[in-house]
Amino acid sequence: MSFLPQLIFAIALVIGIGYFANNVRKLMRNIKLGRDVDINDNKPQRWKNMAMIALGQSKMVKRPIAGFLHIIVYVGFVIINIEVLEIIIDGLTGQHRIFSSAGEIYDILIGSFELLAFAVLVAVIVFWIRRNIVKLKRFLSSEMKGWPKSDGNIILYFEVVLMCLFLTMNGADLQLQLNGAEGYPTAGSFPISQWLLPLFDGLSNSTLIIIERTAWWLHILGILTFLNYLYFSKHLHILLAFPNTYYGKLTPKGQFENLEAVTNEVKMMMDPNVDPFAAPPEGTEAAVPAKFGASDVQDLSWVNLLNAYTCTECGRCTSECPANQTGKKLSPRKIMMDTRDRLEEVGKNIDANKGEFKDDNKQLLGDYITNEELWACTSCNACVEACPVSIDPLNIIMQMRQYLVMEQSAAPMELNNMMTNIENNGAPWPYNQMDRLNWKNE
Amino acid sequence: MNKIMSELLKVPTMAEFMAAGKQPEVLFWVGCAGSFDDRAKKITKAFVKLLNKANVEFAVLGTEESCTGDPAKRSGNEFLFQMQAVTNIEVMNAYEIKKIVTACPHCFNTIKNEYPELGGTYEVMHHTQFLKSLLNEGRLSIEGGEYKGKRITFHDPCYLGRANDVYEAPRDLIRKLDAELVEMKSCKSRGLCCGAGGAQMFKEPEQGHKDVNIERTEQALETQPQIIAAGCPFCNTMMTDGVKNKERENDIAVMDIAELIANAQDL
Repeated sequence: MSFLPQLIFAIALVIGIGYFANNVRKLMRNIKLGRDVDINDNKPQRWKNMAMIALGQSKMVKRPIAGFLHIIVYVGFVIINIEVLEIIIDGLTGQHRIFSSAGEIYDILIGSFELLAFAVLVAVIVFWIRRNIVKLKRFLSSEMKGWPKSDGNIILYFEVVLMCLFLTMNGADLQLQLNGAEGYPTAGSFPISQWLLPLFDGLSNSTLIIIERTAWWLHILGILTFLNYLYFSKHLHILLAFPNTYYGKLTPKGQFENLEAVTNEVKMMMDPNVDPFAAPPEGTEAAVPAKFGASDVQDLSWVNLLNAYTCTECGRCTSECPANQTGKKLSPRKIMMDTRDRLEEVGKNIDANKGEFKDDNKQLLGDYITNEELWACTSCNACVEACPVSIDPLNIIMQMRQYLVMEQSAAPMELNNMMTNIENNGAPWPYNQMDRLNWKNE
Repeated sequence: MNKIMSELLKVPTMAEFMAAGKQPEVLFWVGCAGSFDDRAKKITKAFVKLLNKANVEFAVLGTEESCTGDPAKRSGNEFLFQMQAVTNIEVMNAYEIKKIVTACPHCFNTIKNEYPELGGTYEVMHHTQFLKSLLNEGRLSIEGGEYKGKRITFHDPCYLGRANDVYEAPRDLIRKLDAELVEMKSCKSRGLCCGAGGAQMFKEPEQGHKDVNIERTEQALETQPQIIAAGCPFCNTMMTDGVKNKERENDIAVMDIAELIANAQDL
């Protein structure tokens, strides 16, 4: 018996997984370009969130049709991977259907894989129709033109092809089993692929073996290709949804972070015992950040950057956004996509310059996200609530507003007036603080 | 008439309590809108009438109160926010304040969530939660009065609802009025913003095809309400403007829940 197929298989596996591992390393390096934040609190709650939101899809079903279809594809993906395990062992050892010794259990397994594969096929076709024929509004926004639209469809085509190959492989196998072909002992049950038998009617065993082997090889090579497609695609969410929901915000949605560097300065200003001309105590210079707020991806926290890579561009955030609904330029999804695209650009810059970022005279603010988008936000948290994988676009918007106001004094005129009022008389309007209780006697 | 009404209002200040060597049960944080905005002042007074009726020993900071800093923080001015926060916290800590009630969800959110880290930890309640607790303790009774059987829809303030998961207290109070509570298509955790949050109240909106408050008012009108109930002075303004824009101000009133309860009892 020739070992050539096993050798080719092993090489394909090493290349496929090796290239993927390399991309994962790059991904982690890029995420770590973000500002460091320490997230070690309340681990039980974090694990619970991951189990409920990522594993349990609890937020997906808030929109029942998409949620239900997504669960089919998701469960199909997870469970059919048991079959991939068998394919890998078969491929490396030169066996055929190595798990078939499990007998009846194997029949149940293969049978359920087939039913799931069929369900996935149907769900994916419905998804395609929703994107391309029904034309749901949230898939048509301006940020979805070009690559994002193609990406969405390519993923669906991948899944259709993989499921069809899986069923073809099984159908041909069943026909060979029925023919009593050598190397194809009776194993498995084929509730879906049995309907393909008429297609194989009258074909010789050697032709059937070619069909079965071709489908088998294309299926596993397709899976390895898909694995490597992830890094270049919004489909990364299948992996990153897990860490992203783990590191998601646990505090009330209305609670925004207090900037620690500002707290230190404010405390110093308020402390009558502080000598304003004293040199800062040793080691505190580093505690003051180079800038307040964020104008580029490196200023954002690594959680913001993880959020950006996790976004699968479903657009639930944008469809719930009051600014977007009323025709403003702001789209929370675009905020996430822009952050990711700029981060990718920075990552490629680092790769091209031997590990050092060379200033490219570009930044997230202005080159990707405009002031107009940032000022249209009502901070209502609808986008945060809508995200099925705990992404927080509002946090990025607020950090960029901080940069605009504290570094550039670039707030809209009316907001500057409002802030001047607060500074001068403790209210956003020009009323005297001494008049605060006048309502009592009016 | 107004003169007589206001004479009936008892609004002691923290300074007066301290001079008498007493602590109030709760501090009523009035907020900037509640202090200065003509429409919001009516909400403030309605709430005070209810506090007086229930014999709640409350106090206000009066001239010692200052903006919480919420609009500054949401505009991105963290310095101004923290200056305001630290100043307010100094005042409140000096008075040894433990419990705060406010009719403004923005003040509620900021004091409850963002002040603790800066040294100000208090039990903070929205006025609808506080009224609900008075009701539960039997200190306040709610009658339907003129609102019995009226169709009322409740607009969730973002900073009460999504921001802090308070959805039921205001609704429970509306139900107590024997009113027919009808929900808009976007409600509770999916409630649509009125358009005022994130300091939008103080600026013109960006270019779009509609204003957010008009969109929200249209959702409210779909429920055929007689009253749009609000729990936030800014939402109140935005919804009132929306109703006027739709020329429905003669048959639809925008009312705070405190006003509904106070009016129902002819307070």
